[in-house]
Amino acid sequence: MSAPRIEWVVPAAGATDRHAIWKKAGAIGLLALACALPWVSSDYSLFQYSQVYSYAIALLGLNILTGYNGQISLGHGAFYAVGGYTTAILIERWGIGYGWTLPVSGVLCFATGFLFGLPALRLAGTYLALATFALALSVPQILKHFDRWTGGTQGMTVPKPDSPPILHLNPDQWLYFLTLAVLLGLMIIAWNLLRGRIGRAIIAIRDHPVAAEAMGVHNALYKSLCFGLSASYTGIAGSLAALSVGFVSPDSFSALLSITLLAGVVVGGLASISGAILGAIFVQFMPNAALQISKAAPWAIYGASLILCMYVMPGGAAGLLQHLWQRLSRLLS
Amino acid sequence: MEGFLQQIVSGLAAGGIYGAFALALVMTYLATSTVNFAQGEMAMFATFVAWGLIQSGVPYWLAFFATLVLSFLGGVAIERVILRPLESAPVLSITIVTIGLLAIFNSMAGWLFGYTIRTFPSPFPQSPLKLAGVVVSPHSLGSLGVTLALIGLLYVFFRYTSLGLAMRAAARYPMASRLVGIRVGWMLALGWGLAAMIGSVSGMLIAPVLFLEPNMMEGILIYAFASATLGGFTSPAGAVVGGFLVGIIENLSGTYIRFIGTDLKLTVALAIIVLVLIFKPSGLFGRTQPHHT
Repeated sequence: MSAPRIEWVVPAAGATDRHAIWKKAGAIGLLALACALPWVSSDYSLFQYSQVYSYAIALLGLNILTGYNGQISLGHGAFYAVGGYTTAILIERWGIGYGWTLPVSGVLCFATGFLFGLPALRLAGTYLALATFALALSVPQILKHFDRWTGGTQGMTVPKPDSPPILHLNPDQWLYFLTLAVLLGLMIIAWNLLRGRIGRAIIAIRDHPVAAEAMGVHNALYKSLCFGLSASYTGIAGSLAALSVGFVSPDSFSALLSITLLAGVVVGGLASISGAILGAIFVQFMPNAALQISKAAPWAIYGASLILCMYVMPGGAAGLLQHLWQRLSRLLS
Repeated sequence: MEGFLQQIVSGLAAGGIYGAFALALVMTYLATSTVNFAQGEMAMFATFVAWGLIQSGVPYWLAFFATLVLSFLGGVAIERVILRPLESAPVLSITIVTIGLLAIFNSMAGWLFGYTIRTFPSPFPQSPLKLAGVVVSPHSLGSLGVTLALIGLLYVFFRYTSLGLAMRAAARYPMASRLVGIRVGWMLALGWGLAAMIGSVSGMLIAPVLFLEPNMMEGILIYAFASATLGGFTSPAGAVVGGFLVGIIENLSGTYIRFIGTDLKLTVALAIIVLVLIFKPSGLFGRTQPHHT
C-alpha cells in the first residue's frame, strides 16, 4: 500500500511572492479592523472575540505539533486546563498579578508538554491520538481530585483584571486588546521559528523522519521540544481564556474541548498560521450556529459539518482560500 | 481474603465487558488500521435500537439478534458511504471523520430517545449466586460466557473460513490481495460491519449494569482503549485478556490504594495506556507490524 500523502499547505519558504504586498496590505487592514471592533461591538461580542483569539493561540500551538510536526494530539484540552488553573491558582491563592501568570503558564506547560512528549515520541499516528485522548478524558477527574488546590467540582472564580488607568478601557476592552496583543506576538514568534532552521527540522521530521535523522536532525529532541512548545502556546491560551471567562471548573475542560481543538486545526487548515484564526472562528461560533440550525440535535449538525469539511476542503479553510486566491490571481494576470 | 477474591471477581466481570468492547476496536483496527472514536457511540445507538424493539414487545433474544443484523448493515453502510471517499486520506482526516460520527450518533440518540436514564433488561436471572463465599451476579457470568463465545466464533471465522482469510489478507497485504482477486474495499466494509456488530453486543451487555443513556459509553471507551492497548491492537484474544487485566487492576487499585479510590479511576486507565506504550508499544500479545512505505 502506498503511503497516503497529505496536501500540506506549506508556504514556499523564501519564494518570491508577487502578491506579497497585497497580503501585507490585507493583514494590516484586518488588524485595523480588529482594533476598531471594541468601539462598535457590545461587551458580550467582545468577550466572544477574545475567546476566538484565545482559541487561535491554542490552535496555533496545536498546529505546530499536528500541522508542522505531524503528531496528532487529542489531549490539548489538558494543557488549556493547566494554563487556566495556573492563572486561577496564582491569582486567587497566592495573590500574584495576572500579567505574571501568563509566562508562568507558558513555562509550566512547556515542561509538562515536554515530559509527556518524551514517551509519546515513540507513538505514531493513531496511537498518539489514543494516548493523548486518554489524557484529555482523565483531566476533569484529576482536577476534581486535587480539590484543595483547584476548588474541586465547584471550580474557582478568577477576578477580571482592570485596564491600566491611562488607557480608560473597560475590562472587556482591555482583555480584548491584551489577548489580541499576545496572539500577535505569538504568531510572529511562530512565524519566525517555523521559517528558520528549527522549522525546517520540524517539517523534515514530519515528511521523512529517516531522512531528517540522516541529515543530522535530532528527531527525539525536536519532537519533544515541539510538543513542549505546542503545549506552552495552548497553556497561555488557557490562561487568557480563564481571565476573560472569569471562572475555571473541571467540566469546562472536558474531552470535548480537546476534540474541538483538533477539529479547529483541521478545519482551519493544517500547517497554516492564518488557519489558526479561521479554525478558532469555527471552534467559537460553530456550536452556536449548529444550535440555530437544529435545536434538537445541534451536535449532529456539528459532526456533519466536520465530515463535510473533510470532503470539500482537505486543506482546511486556509487551503481553500489559498486555492481561490491562486485562481483569482491567474484570472487577473 | 474473601474481600480480595470478591474484588478479583468483580474485576473479571467488568473486564469481560471492557474486553468485548475492546474486541470491537481491535476489529476495526485490524480491518482498516484506524481507530474508530465513534465505536462507543455506535454501540450505544445500537443498544437504544434494541431497547426500542424490546419496548414495542419484541422478545429479548429476537431483539438481540435483530440488533446485531442492523448494526452489521449500519457498519457496512457507514464504511461504504462515509469513509470510502476518504480511502487514501491521511490518518488525521479519518480520525476527524470518526469524531464527527461520534458527535452525530450521540446527538441523534439524545434527540430520538431522550436523555433520561433508562433501565435495560438482562436476559439472565436476577438473584445473585454465591460461590465459595464470593458473590457473583448471573449477568456477569452470562456476559463472560457471551464474550468468550464471541472470541471463539471470531477465531473460527478468521482461522477456518475463506472469507476470514480474505479479510486478513486484505488488511495486511491490500495490494497483493487485489492482485489475487479479493475485493479489498468490501473486505474493509465487512470489517466495519463486524466491529459494529461486536460493539452492539458489548453495548447490550453493558446497558443492564450501567443504565442506558446517550453518554453511557464515555467511560467504557477509555477502559476499552486501555484493554486493547494492553492486550495489543493486533490481537483479538489479547484485547479480551487485556480487558480482564484492566478490570482487575481497576478494582484492586481502587480498593487497596487509598490515593486512587473511586475518583481517579480514569487516570488508572491513562496510566496503563502510557506505561504500555512506553515499555511495550505492541501490547502483551500484539505483533509489531513492519512499516510499509
